[in-house]
Amino acid sequence: MLRLALSLCLTIIASTARAEIDIKEVTSPGGINAWVVEEPSIPFIALEIRFRGSASLDLPGKRGATNLMTGLLEEGSGEMSAQEFQTAREGLAASYGFRAFDDTLSISAQFLTENKAEALALLRQALVEPRFDQDALDRVRAQVLSGVASDAKNPNDIASAAFDAAAFGDHPYGSSIDGTVESVSVLTREDMFDAYRNALTRDRVFVSVVGDITAEAVGGMLDDLLGALPAEGPPLPDDVAFGLEGGITVIDYETPQSVALFGHAGLKRDDPDFFAAFVMNQVLGAGGFESRLMTEVREKRGLTYGIRSFLVPKFHAEMVFGSVASSNATIAEAIEVTRAEWARMADEGLTQEELDTAKTYLTGEYPLRFDGNAEIAKIMVGMQMIELPPQYVVNRNDYIDAVTLDDVNRVAAELLQPDDLHFVVVGKPEGLESTQ
Amino acid sequence: MKRLLASLAMIFAATAATAEEVTTFTLDNGMEVVVIEDHRAPVVVHMLWYKVGSADEPVGASGVAHFLEHLLFKATDVLESGEFSATVAANGGSDNAFTSYDYTAYFQRIAADRLELMMQMESNRMNNLQMTPEDIVTERNVVLEERNQRTENSPNALAREQFTAALYQNHRYGVPIIGWKHEMEQLELEDTQAFYDLYYAPNNAVLVVAGDVEPAEVLALAEQYYGVIPAEDQLPERIRPQEPPQRAERRITYVDPRVSQPFLVRNYLAPERDPGAQEEAAALVYLAELLGGSSFTSDLGQALQFDTQTAIYTNASYGGSSLDKTTFSFAVVPADGITLSDAEAAMDQVIADFMEAAIDPARMESIRTQLRASQVYALDDVSGIARRYGAALTQSLTVEDVQAWPDVLQAVTPEDIKAVAAKVFDRNQSVTGWVVPSQEEAM
Repeated sequence: MLRLALSLCLTIIASTARAEIDIKEVTSPGGINAWVVEEPSIPFIALEIRFRGSASLDLPGKRGATNLMTGLLEEGSGEMSAQEFQTAREGLAASYGFRAFDDTLSISAQFLTENKAEALALLRQALVEPRFDQDALDRVRAQVLSGVASDAKNPNDIASAAFDAAAFGDHPYGSSIDGTVESVSVLTREDMFDAYRNALTRDRVFVSVVGDITAEAVGGMLDDLLGALPAEGPPLPDDVAFGLEGGITVIDYETPQSVALFGHAGLKRDDPDFFAAFVMNQVLGAGGFESRLMTEVREKRGLTYGIRSFLVPKFHAEMVFGSVASSNATIAEAIEVTRAEWARMADEGLTQEELDTAKTYLTGEYPLRFDGNAEIAKIMVGMQMIELPPQYVVNRNDYIDAVTLDDVNRVAAELLQPDDLHFVVVGKPEGLESTQ
Repeated sequence: MKRLLASLAMIFAATAATAEEVTTFTLDNGMEVVVIEDHRAPVVVHMLWYKVGSADEPVGASGVAHFLEHLLFKATDVLESGEFSATVAANGGSDNAFTSYDYTAYFQRIAADRLELMMQMESNRMNNLQMTPEDIVTERNVVLEERNQRTENSPNALAREQFTAALYQNHRYGVPIIGWKHEMEQLELEDTQAFYDLYYAPNNAVLVVAGDVEPAEVLALAEQYYGVIPAEDQLPERIRPQEPPQRAERRITYVDPRVSQPFLVRNYLAPERDPGAQEEAAALVYLAELLGGSSFTSDLGQALQFDTQTAIYTNASYGGSSLDKTTFSFAVVPADGITLSDAEAAMDQVIADFMEAAIDPARMESIRTQLRASQVYALDDVSGIARRYGAALTQSLTVEDVQAWPDVLQAVTPEDIKAVAAKVFDRNQSVTGWVVPSQEEAM
């Protein structure tokens, strides 16, 4: 029977705003769990589904299979060809998005209250009865191959591919989920069915629903929508250490502005120091115009239009990562300033004022994220994937506020290693050469 | 309070849950104010739109509108350089700005109870910016790097720039919003100052406030902060050079070794949404959907991607939001082994067949349904609604036009579509562009 495990009216409090959100957790008779927010004021429903694993489950020699398979989910199912399926979808004015990422296969759907039964039935058909027709496979394969060829001439994509390959080697993180010309060209229908059976499994599914629907109705629909999928998928890949040492890799490419990606090892999302690192990075390079990197590289020196740093806690690896682009004549200076700011943050840490300002921003901004059905659904499914409870939305600002100056500066010194930073630069950078 | 209430022209859009709640009024100094209510979350979006964009720039100073937009984040008489954004962030909000051909807009998204602070700062920088020569030098490099990032590093963007420059023979829409590089490099303090002094004024601005707010409170705050700024009496009438009758089609081949995938575009000059006259634009929305809206169901998609394997991507698009003549565009990416000539011929055959055949009533009904549904989905994004009103009001449309638009769209007939298609698909008013990695591929 349907279980309504929990209904929590959560108030997210910041010094600036309070957001109220009533998260209901339901479990279907078949054991599928979902988070639901009932929001009847607009007559539509936002549904987010995630499957852990995704492209990291590509079988040996089949790189790109999961990505191609995901693209084919909207290209025919049940008794319908691709065109028939899309004609039906358009007639309902529903939208379904299917996308593969490194570790996540994501399905985003929006549909009207007035035809939700039909819209869900059509989505179910795509998820449990895909056809993978040969003509659809060939058509989408050609699109993927065109994208792969374009990436090979795009400075940002060239840099990404080189960085990932050097940092993660043979691990799935080391190569593009699109696959290569060689791997994609030989994928077969059988490969599509294999990738499908491996990636869409009930043991790795996460669901959130926000909109004009009750939690009870969601509980009832889950088994119908997803119950026919296989119970379990193959093992996930192992974790991988960040394998790139400090230095510079220059990739020669004829273009006026050099693109640089940089990074070193990071820390896990569930590390006790994660929030301290998160606040530190806000000051270093995450925060809009106010971050140190933006101030020094853009505002003071005019070397770039934008520079950012990120904490990247993936499921199987962690890094601190960043990007900047600057003219071939000035990229060397932009990199020098970036490395100096990395070192300054590691050595000196934040001031109390910087810490307070960052906390005020982060805690004030948090409730503002919950401002639309689709937004709330995305946030909730993301929380489920990293095993956060619904109460996290209430406690999250306390975790930020609990970060002390000692914490943040200790973590800055431990985490940021200017000598470990590796820059991959694509362009014709002046005064910059690869280190070896 | 009485005086304020008297000037309040209430336009309640609709009571149904399928339309936005909008209130408008005009301040005594001529500034227009639009309030859009959405009480689902304690958030407000505060946007100030100026009725000036790159197409209003003086000759030889391309990029000055966008350059000035960057400089508005520098010091004023009371704010230090960068203090505006820092203050927004310190209050948990985010801010930014954008420039287009027809408008320049500044916005903040923040907790609803911080609206007054936003108005205080935004009204301050309407008149009190203190640009320095150092700001000019540094920020000019930033916008040049922005051009590098958006355009110089992208062969497709460079090609698009060439095609647009060829489509507009007299109008400033032919000049890129960010500016031509050689003119951007020459922009000086006098250019930005003159542009600022003339165009940044309440009688040239539209304030859009959207979110968890009450119209009466917004009105009171707007009167207090914006209402006291005097109108600009030198503000020129917004007259731009218009297109002459175009008498010859243009064809361009853009060659760049950084291109990996050859493709072609065809851009036609097309009518835009005009106040009280949005019917042709509405018909063009259907025309784009029918010919190239969806790869699966549009005429181009069916003919070039399903019935034959001529293309791997096809598209037709039309944007009706524009002060002056806009563009109806086709794009075709040929399949491996198909020449651009063959792909173009196939595209033209689809257009010719469309003009001959009757429009399928089922397709009309499907597009109508999708347009109606898009109104519902749009309600989920209050920032999007705010942008829609701001853009319309700076492009000469009225609130009534914005609110009539869904009904105008629903009323489009197949005859309307055929009539506007016959008018727009005139090769003498078009540019056909090929994008290739080498001259040998241009066949």
